[in-house]
Amino acid sequence: MSAAPIHIAGERLMLDPAGVLWWPARRLLAVADLHLEKGSSLAARGALIPPYDSRATLDRLITLVRRYRPARLVALGDSFHDRHGAARLAREDVARIAALAHSVELVWILGNHDPVPPEGLPGVTTAVLHEGPLTFLHDATGRPGEISGHLHPKAAIATRGKWVSRACFVADSRRVLLPAFGAYAGGLDVRDPAIRALFPRGGRAFLLGRGRLFSFTLAELREAEPA
Amino acid sequence: MHETGTPLLPAPLAAWFAARAWRPHPHQLALLAEARAGRPALLIAPTGAGKTLAGFLPSLAALAENPRPGLHTLYVSPLKALATDIARNLTRPVAEMGLPIAIETRTGDTDAATRRRQREVPPQILLTTPESLAVMLSMEDACRTFAGLSTIVVDEIHALAGTKRGDQLALCLSRLATLAPGARRVGLSATVPHRAPLVAFLSADGRGKGVTIVEAPEGAAPEIAVRLPDGPLPWSGHMGLLAAPAIYDLIRHARTAIVFVNTRAQAELVFQALWRLNDDSLPIALHHGSLARDQRAKVEAAMAEGRLKAVVATSSLDLGIDWGDVDLVIQVGAPKGVSRLMQRIGRANHRWDEPSRAILVPANRFEVLECRCAIAGVAARDLDGDPPPAGGLDVLAQHILGAVCSGPIHPDDLYAEVTRAAPYADLPRRDFDDVVRFVEDGGYALAAYDRYRKLFRDAEGRLHVANARVARQHRMNIGTIVEAPLLKVKLGRGFGGHVLGEIEEYFVSMLQPGDTFMFAGRLLRFDRLHETVVECSPGVGDDPKVPAYAGGRLPLTTCLADRVRAMLQDPAQWHDLPEDVAAWLRLQKARSRLPGRNDLLVETFPRGGRWFLVAYCFEGRNAHQTLGMLLTRRMERAGFGPLGFVATDYVVAVWSAHQPLRVAELFGEDMLGDDLEEWMAESSMLRRTFRHVAVIAGLVDRHHPGAEKSRRQVTVNTDLIYDVLRKHEPDHVLLRATRADAARGLVDVGRVAALLKRAQGRVVHMALSRVSPLAVPVLLEVGKESVAGAGEDALLAEAEEAQLVAEALGKVEPPPPPVHPVHRANAAPDRKRPSGYAAGTQGRATLRTLRGRRQGELPLAE
Repeated sequence: MSAAPIHIAGERLMLDPAGVLWWPARRLLAVADLHLEKGSSLAARGALIPPYDSRATLDRLITLVRRYRPARLVALGDSFHDRHGAARLAREDVARIAALAHSVELVWILGNHDPVPPEGLPGVTTAVLHEGPLTFLHDATGRPGEISGHLHPKAAIATRGKWVSRACFVADSRRVLLPAFGAYAGGLDVRDPAIRALFPRGGRAFLLGRGRLFSFTLAELREAEPA
Repeated sequence: MHETGTPLLPAPLAAWFAARAWRPHPHQLALLAEARAGRPALLIAPTGAGKTLAGFLPSLAALAENPRPGLHTLYVSPLKALATDIARNLTRPVAEMGLPIAIETRTGDTDAATRRRQREVPPQILLTTPESLAVMLSMEDACRTFAGLSTIVVDEIHALAGTKRGDQLALCLSRLATLAPGARRVGLSATVPHRAPLVAFLSADGRGKGVTIVEAPEGAAPEIAVRLPDGPLPWSGHMGLLAAPAIYDLIRHARTAIVFVNTRAQAELVFQALWRLNDDSLPIALHHGSLARDQRAKVEAAMAEGRLKAVVATSSLDLGIDWGDVDLVIQVGAPKGVSRLMQRIGRANHRWDEPSRAILVPANRFEVLECRCAIAGVAARDLDGDPPPAGGLDVLAQHILGAVCSGPIHPDDLYAEVTRAAPYADLPRRDFDDVVRFVEDGGYALAAYDRYRKLFRDAEGRLHVANARVARQHRMNIGTIVEAPLLKVKLGRGFGGHVLGEIEEYFVSMLQPGDTFMFAGRLLRFDRLHETVVECSPGVGDDPKVPAYAGGRLPLTTCLADRVRAMLQDPAQWHDLPEDVAAWLRLQKARSRLPGRNDLLVETFPRGGRWFLVAYCFEGRNAHQTLGMLLTRRMERAGFGPLGFVATDYVVAVWSAHQPLRVAELFGEDMLGDDLEEWMAESSMLRRTFRHVAVIAGLVDRHHPGAEKSRRQVTVNTDLIYDVLRKHEPDHVLLRATRADAARGLVDVGRVAALLKRAQGRVVHMALSRVSPLAVPVLLEVGKESVAGAGEDALLAEAEEAQLVAEALGKVEPPPPPVHPVHRANAAPDRKRPSGYAAGTQGRATLRTLRGRRQGELPLAE
């Protein structure tokens, strides 16, 4: 694994190719848009898609927690696909989250999908977490030092022969946008105005690969952007 | 005096024939006799033999003798347009005969009020499509609607059997047999290689029992010629643009011509080329599946009224209504199959006793061989086509839900009914039960969705639909055709402007504002993408891109490939080949050798600092793609450093850093083991196949263009579902359905397996010092075709590296200073690629441009 270091507000942060952000100085691991129980949420609306998404998402998350051994795990909102998501979690998934809470302080940031604290789960719930010069929140406001999710950034690169589309981090010197981590979370192209507006002076997209990131300037990605 | 058998006709019909001094054809009377005997029948007749009238005559006779209200005859056609056209053509004679018979259509275009009225007061004859029939059968009153049904006519049955639409129709027929046990089936088919599957398709037991075959005499043999472009024959390319002047000339001298091409991109280019030559302002039109529906309808209407001189068309016109005036069919590019060619030729001159006239225009040297062989195949009536595969489990899932929507049913009864449909005659009960479980609650091992189940079982074990919403949602999603995501193309901005048609999303993603591209026969400038609309203005320039449509190309059939192989290895057959081609083959024989009929010729040679391996397999593009991928994996392990591959219909070529040795071992049959499994699982083709399966099976909602916002559809990326399901329940019934589809379709494992089997002990390796004549065409494809060999991460690494280089050279802006680039020390080992692939041009590798390499100029001696 090769995480990429970036510097925001004088702090050194590592972008992990698995799609999480690691702040070594504070032993803080941030993850965005888990969208747990999206499967069951859609099932309630008539699409019986495979119910393994929470399990798959937690598998990956727990692996990362074991690797980094953070003091604090910050979920940047939309941790559940809807406000009743936590209540629908399978018993063993609840147990796995509870086990996590033994070694890690869990911080649930509220998101638009889950505007209420997760029912029956350990951890603290807040709308915004201020930590040193950084602000952890669900949806970026545009102020410097923000670490946020919500937008599910992805980027498509023209490679020889085909376009390759991947979830990505987007960063400049002031902020980082995290990719969505959930197994069923889709993506929004970084050329979308909602993402573009956060990076008026340009920035880089870091596409998730196997064991490494691929970095491109937003300017290059924008070449293909519709006028 | 009456002809023998004419007494079969009731008075009004006999009088109608007599008034026109017409006589029914013997096969039409034969079908009538079968009807009187109450036997199901399959009519096999060439185009223009009065097939449709033959199908309806028994119903008209029965209704003339015993007029009665209620649905009497159901006619199913693969095409909406065909149903509408036949309704029109049938209404007039019925009126002339003075018969009180109501004839109506029921298709996706029928409005709600008419549909409701048809259910309350059905016409005696109803013309419909498989999809609309499935919708009708899912209604609670289906039992009543169809109770009195007497006859079911399936038109163009050869075009339906073996497809998912055919699976759906077979299941619907089986359902109808339960609802209307008295209904007799009649199938109408063109001449086909395999009859048994069609007979089985029509039969009540799904195994061919009790169906009589009625055959019309063969029509006159078609007259087919080859027209070569002027000048030297091109080495490669599939568009056939060099022949445009010749094609234009042929059109000028024809009454009305259809110019068939193989892809939509080719249609756009050929149309454009003809338009440039059109000094006489001939009315020439364009017809392909991506054009707006009303645009296509306009072209079809103009054609029907005889207002067009020619239409450039793809397979969108392979089937369809008869146009009496067409006297010439021109096939540009390789025909790819004998049956397909015959189908297309049959579109000219719909009088069966006169020969159809067709001219084949090959685009390159291999296609010359293919055209010659196809003509020989037509003469020998050596039809090709695979026997239909087993029915899709996704279609079965859709059908089961539909059946339960119409009323409670016990799984045992449903299973018995389903196995009376030919494609499911051998369906194991375990598969059936798995599909039922999938429909009920998703069928996952993790039983998480009990409370969301779509079906429940009563005390007797019968299945019921859980609520009205499930049924409503199901009816919205009926159908087995799954379109690629499409965007509307509009000339002009905002509310003004008009829609020209639809274009695949992924093509648009490759366009940059200001790019020009060809669409609907116009040169357009891409202005912007606004929501789901591609806004354009009229373009200028001479280097347009052409939309490339995924999966647009049919692979060469096995049967035609055999003929090409046989011709190649037998110089005695070369005498009527053009001298260019004969000389090319003679040179191949002298420099290397010719591919044999029962061996596998593999050449290796160095060129431009790389090694090439070219295998002459003749198994079609899809199988070659699979083979290319498997070969590169093996060569990787053998340390030959493969760099990429390209596949055509005839050969697969792999290039590598090191000389490939022990070549015969590369083609071992064990190639189809773990590598195939692993690659299939990761392959984007499997993901695409899974998307289709998921939509048909009802796992996710069908994409209704433009309606996403209003309908609150459930949209979730099926690639993500695929990844999760594959990891957590690899044996789920939908994954089984996906693998089965892929194996016979895009991945074509069947043909790869057949090839490897044939090649065992018969690989002939020619280690050459330079490129062989026969290898030139595929080498010219290198760089034009996308390279499927490299993994996505390798491609990304390459693109990233190119951008770094561009930054270093000051071609693009550097990143903002405080952000550190990725720590490259830990990066994956770089794969060295030829530096010719600059980042900015990579996306264009799959675009065919009008410029590009001049054809026909590559000298053999380098």
